[in-house]
Amino acid sequence: MAKMNMLQAINNALDLAMEHDDSVVCFGEDVGHFGGVFRATSKLQEKYGKARCFNTPLTEQGIAGFANGMAAQGMKPIAEIQFADYIFPAFDQLVNESAKFRYRSGNEFNVAGLVIRTPYGGGIAGGHYHSQSPEAYFAHTPGLKIVVPRNPEQAKGLLLASIACPDPVIFFEPKKLYRASVGEVPEEYYELPIGKAEVMQEGLDVTVLAWGAQMEVVEKAAELAKADGIRCEVIDLRSIQPWDVETVAASVQKTGRLVINHEAPLTGGFAAEIASTIQKRCFLSLESPIERVCGLDTPYPLALEKEYVADHLKTYEAIKRAFHF
Amino acid sequence: MTNPNNATMSTVHQAEFISGHALSIPTLRVLKEDGSLYEGAVAPELTQAQALKMYDTMQFIRVLDERMLAAQRQGRISFYMQCLGEEAATVGSAAALDEADMIMAQYREQGALRYRGFSLEQFMNQLFSNEKDLGKGRQMPVHYGSKDIYYMTISSPLGTQIPQAAGYAYAQKLRGLANVTLCYFGEGAASEGDFHAGLNMAAVHNAPVLFFCRNNGYAISTPANEQFKGDGIASRAVGYGMKSIRVDGADILAVYQATKLARDYALAHNEPVLLESMAYRLGAHSSSDDPSGYRSKEEEEQWRKNDPVARFRLWLLAKGWLDDEADQAKLEALRHEILEALKVAEKVAKPGIEHLMSDVYAEPIPLLNEQLAELKAHIRKYPDAYPVTAGRLD
Repeated sequence: MAKMNMLQAINNALDLAMEHDDSVVCFGEDVGHFGGVFRATSKLQEKYGKARCFNTPLTEQGIAGFANGMAAQGMKPIAEIQFADYIFPAFDQLVNESAKFRYRSGNEFNVAGLVIRTPYGGGIAGGHYHSQSPEAYFAHTPGLKIVVPRNPEQAKGLLLASIACPDPVIFFEPKKLYRASVGEVPEEYYELPIGKAEVMQEGLDVTVLAWGAQMEVVEKAAELAKADGIRCEVIDLRSIQPWDVETVAASVQKTGRLVINHEAPLTGGFAAEIASTIQKRCFLSLESPIERVCGLDTPYPLALEKEYVADHLKTYEAIKRAFHF
Repeated sequence: MTNPNNATMSTVHQAEFISGHALSIPTLRVLKEDGSLYEGAVAPELTQAQALKMYDTMQFIRVLDERMLAAQRQGRISFYMQCLGEEAATVGSAAALDEADMIMAQYREQGALRYRGFSLEQFMNQLFSNEKDLGKGRQMPVHYGSKDIYYMTISSPLGTQIPQAAGYAYAQKLRGLANVTLCYFGEGAASEGDFHAGLNMAAVHNAPVLFFCRNNGYAISTPANEQFKGDGIASRAVGYGMKSIRVDGADILAVYQATKLARDYALAHNEPVLLESMAYRLGAHSSSDDPSGYRSKEEEEQWRKNDPVARFRLWLLAKGWLDDEADQAKLEALRHEILEALKVAEKVAKPGIEHLMSDVYAEPIPLLNEQLAELKAHIRKYPDAYPVTAGRLD
């Protein structure tokens, strides 16, 4: 075990993947010599050469298309989109190409091994172009897998699993935690399962579900609720697509209550999908309406960021509403 | 014979390639580093008042950049972007326009904005995201904009303004306006798909737009030689059937002259023109960036000598249009004025809570009104957690 922050854990995962497999290649804007604007690819060019870790021209659609081409040839491209807010020029390549490569060709061709890494989320005074959480747009696209880690140990294991995954993966990295989240990380190669949620804290009263940077927020809210005698079961969904219906449903059948938290705006957010599925699966177990604590239905603000975010106090209130319904 | 392919119809009978470097585009230079003119160069027609306005704008921006980068380092603002080394490119080009020509900038063109008349207070209010900011405190520092002075609000995503400029200029043409649109972007942004889309549409639809590429050598850490293989950006215009010119971006007279000619041409012929300004991004990409990770101090020092402000200053002094002593005193006064304005703006309140919801739509939809009511109730319950808005919810 070694103490690492999330960036170091990601860098370590990329390093291991490149070391173990010559077909793994990292690229994106400023990814080469500089090691990326957040330094996730630091020293990789030095270690593996310019052919396997390189700067690209400034074109997200080019980066995603290039990655599709490399993956179709059988290599494992790990492409960085500098901010998730800038992923939209690549939307066509990801939604119409990556997601449908295998399906449209009857599996003549596929883009197994393709990973798009991209920092997402707020909390860094980034305003609406450096704070967005666009996972729901991609969750609406069959064929893409979507993974969001909550800490360094998770980031490493989930990223290695994403690189090994036979489907294209969009790997959203909570940039707020890049340096803030520090923890013990196994030094060897390991994978964590994609599509499997993790129950982080067991409890009988209210299931509280989140992912990525919001895990810290909901854990804090669960602590507040604990002082009121409300026992929360805290679950990290870890992957948005596929998402672990069984674990969430089993928990809600036990607690009868569900609070879902995400950073992205409420309307059309992935919480809506979860709520719909869980009310069907757990209808007779539910003792209160499913609560969603999300961003407001506005662009991500700057001066009023504190007011906008789905923070621990809003989550705590939702937990109480569910419990006392 | 018709020409369905809209391309040259001449033929050869032995295969031959056109070289990817068949074009080699010269750089227009008017002003030497010592402030004198190159032989054969003609200074553009400028009145003393206009030349001094250009000079004052460059000085203002340089002092503002210096002061606000320091303010970012002190934690007073969250972010800043300098335009050090590129002052002539933006001021010279803006000066060549009509004041009702639309400017669509990328984010490092504060020189053009100041030339248009954006006030010191307006700069400060935006930088501090306070309630007097025209953008209502919604965007990161340096994302300025003002309808009054025809300066489109900055958007962080790169290159998105390029096809928009084509559309805006086309609309100006349809409206019968005697105005063009000038669109700034960097050589990095020219790699975005929007660059191709914008230039091609402008050419096909005969839009009077000036595409002004600031080739400053770097896109964050990525040097231009890892960004493209062709001869800069200017060469690409030829592929779109568009006029093109390259200028020394540290030579304000060259930039002014080229932009003026381009504007006249675009308006007279309803055609786009591409200008490429060659300068060097002397500062970091932004306050979040540290260039020591990707370029040497020696390289920076070499370019520091190519100072656009000093060059223009020497020309003004030689013409007797500028008094050295008075200029120094003015600079001191400017430093003081900027610091005072900063102190005022940082004390102005943040925008009220209603501005979380305003402008998402022309009128807030019911869902937003409901969310605002819920939010206010929540803040009333936990006023200490939301100090910016708790005291003034009504």
